[in-house]
Amino acid sequence: MGKVIVVTSGKGGVGKTTSSAALGAALAQNGDKVVVVDFDVGLRNLDLVMGAERRVVYDLVNVIQGEAKLTQALIRDKRVETLYLLPASQTRDKDNLTPEGVEKVVASLKKAFDWVICDSPAGIERGATLAMRHADIAIVVTNPEVSSVRDSDRIIGLLDSKTLKAENGERMEKHLLLTRYDSTRAERGDMLKVDDVLEILSIPLLGIIPESMDVLRASNLGSPVTLADENSAPSRAYFDAVRRLRGEALPVTVPGERRSFFGKLFGRKAA
Amino acid sequence: MLTKPRPIRLKGRSFLALSLAPELPFEDWLAGLDDLAARSAGFFLRRPVVLDISGLDIKKAELRTLVDELSQRNVRVMGLEGARHSLLGPDMPPAMNDGRPASDFDPSAEDESDEANESVAAQDALAVETIEAAGPSVQVTGSLVVTEPVRSGQSVFFPEGDVTIIGSVASGAEIVAGGSIHVYGTLRGRALAGTTGNGSARIFCRKLEAEMMAIDGFYLTAEDMEPDLRGRAVQVWLEGHALKTGILS
Ligand SMILES: Nc1ncnc2c1ncn2[C@@H]1O[C@H](COP(=O)(O)OP(=O)(O)O)[C@@H](O)[C@H]1O
Ligand SMILES: [Mg+2]
Repeated sequence: MGKVIVVTSGKGGVGKTTSSAALGAALAQNGDKVVVVDFDVGLRNLDLVMGAERRVVYDLVNVIQGEAKLTQALIRDKRVETLYLLPASQTRDKDNLTPEGVEKVVASLKKAFDWVICDSPAGIERGATLAMRHADIAIVVTNPEVSSVRDSDRIIGLLDSKTLKAENGERMEKHLLLTRYDSTRAERGDMLKVDDVLEILSIPLLGIIPESMDVLRASNLGSPVTLADENSAPSRAYFDAVRRLRGEALPVTVPGERRSFFGKLFGRKAA
Repeated sequence: MLTKPRPIRLKGRSFLALSLAPELPFEDWLAGLDDLAARSAGFFLRRPVVLDISGLDIKKAELRTLVDELSQRNVRVMGLEGARHSLLGPDMPPAMNDGRPASDFDPSAEDESDEANESVAAQDALAVETIEAAGPSVQVTGSLVVTEPVRSGQSVFFPEGDVTIIGSVASGAEIVAGGSIHVYGTLRGRALAGTTGNGSARIFCRKLEAEMMAIDGFYLTAEDMEPDLRGRAVQVWLEGHALKTGILS
């Protein structure tokens, strides 16, 4: 049975889609079977970031409505053969995502894949709550700024109350992925400090992804950054995050600083 | 097909409502309310509010304007406390008395309002009994311990007694307690202690970054707090009508 990961944040534009694609591709490069599912119905762009926009025939809504089989909607990546995409619908309304439909699709995906990565839409409404509903693990994507941190805090509250795991009295495994971290702005004091974000959110740190032109470049090429250039700074940060996700105790270094954090250390006092 | 009608069940419930006591002139009082609302956004949103208008010499039209003004501010009035009979009507929120629904019939409506209060005292005692029997009454004895952080958008509501949070209270979260509030972490959101009329309740926190703190209805917003208290371990208590703050060493 595969693991279901939701990549979520509350706020838009923080790097959920970028991270879903990058982490998905990194996990698949080790040979694991990975599917990345776009839950952003009406505003899909995971297909663009993964360079599959011209190959979309059927989508998640078609599968839920019984208009297509799951196997017809899945798109296999051209570069990594164990990486798949389940695109969202660009034209349909998000009301077409029904709880029963999502449950069925996720259950089938879990049987066929090692990792099911759900790219959540922004907000705290239906799309976001359905994306997190069946998750085993949540990756909370946050930028080091006040509004993003507060929205993430709100989302963590929902993860602990609105998910199947929470309703069954189990604990959702949660990780913080700090993205778009700009070391020059951090030096000027224009961003929240890593320590402060960790103290406020009190969940273990999975990684810090630097703000980088490489991300934009990769997305313009239609490639997850971890496939476009494995040695770029954001790619290395994503690969490290994947190692931590697999359970390795790897310290997190703050870009532009000598210091490093032990994610596990923060995990112990965290919720 | 005929089915046997299920009996209608009436259940007694007691709720904790916020009580607002408007003062004349209403324009000034509303301005003060706007100021409070601006400094603690959303505080009254979706919350049951009872208007205590006892002793106010106002006409029905004035009261209606006030209720309208409040609803424009998203304050929904669920009841009127201390209202003379002549102020009530089907187009007005229902009458309440001391937190319990009051008599619709007020024989001394033409008289002064204090007499009107006395005249329902007998029924009042009865009302207390009924409520005690039907639902849990609010007695400040219990304690609630929360062992995880209180997240933005979450609300811990415990009119029965003290609340202890082992963790932080996020910006945009709130704790409402009938008794004292203890936060073993950073208090960033709102803490309202002694909300059932307990002026001896206190608020303690390991690190103060609060948006708002209140004891028995007297409040301090972030702007009212001494800047050098920020980030410190602090306790807050009530002296007369003023909140006092002190650093815990
Ligand atoms: N580490 C990064 N460095 C630079 N730009 C980034 C980074 N992460 C994301 N972006 C850019 O930010 C924008 C929003 O990212 P996206 O992943 O679509 O966010 P979300 O899915 O949370 O709305 C995109 O233009 C993306 O290229
Ligand atoms: Mg997105």
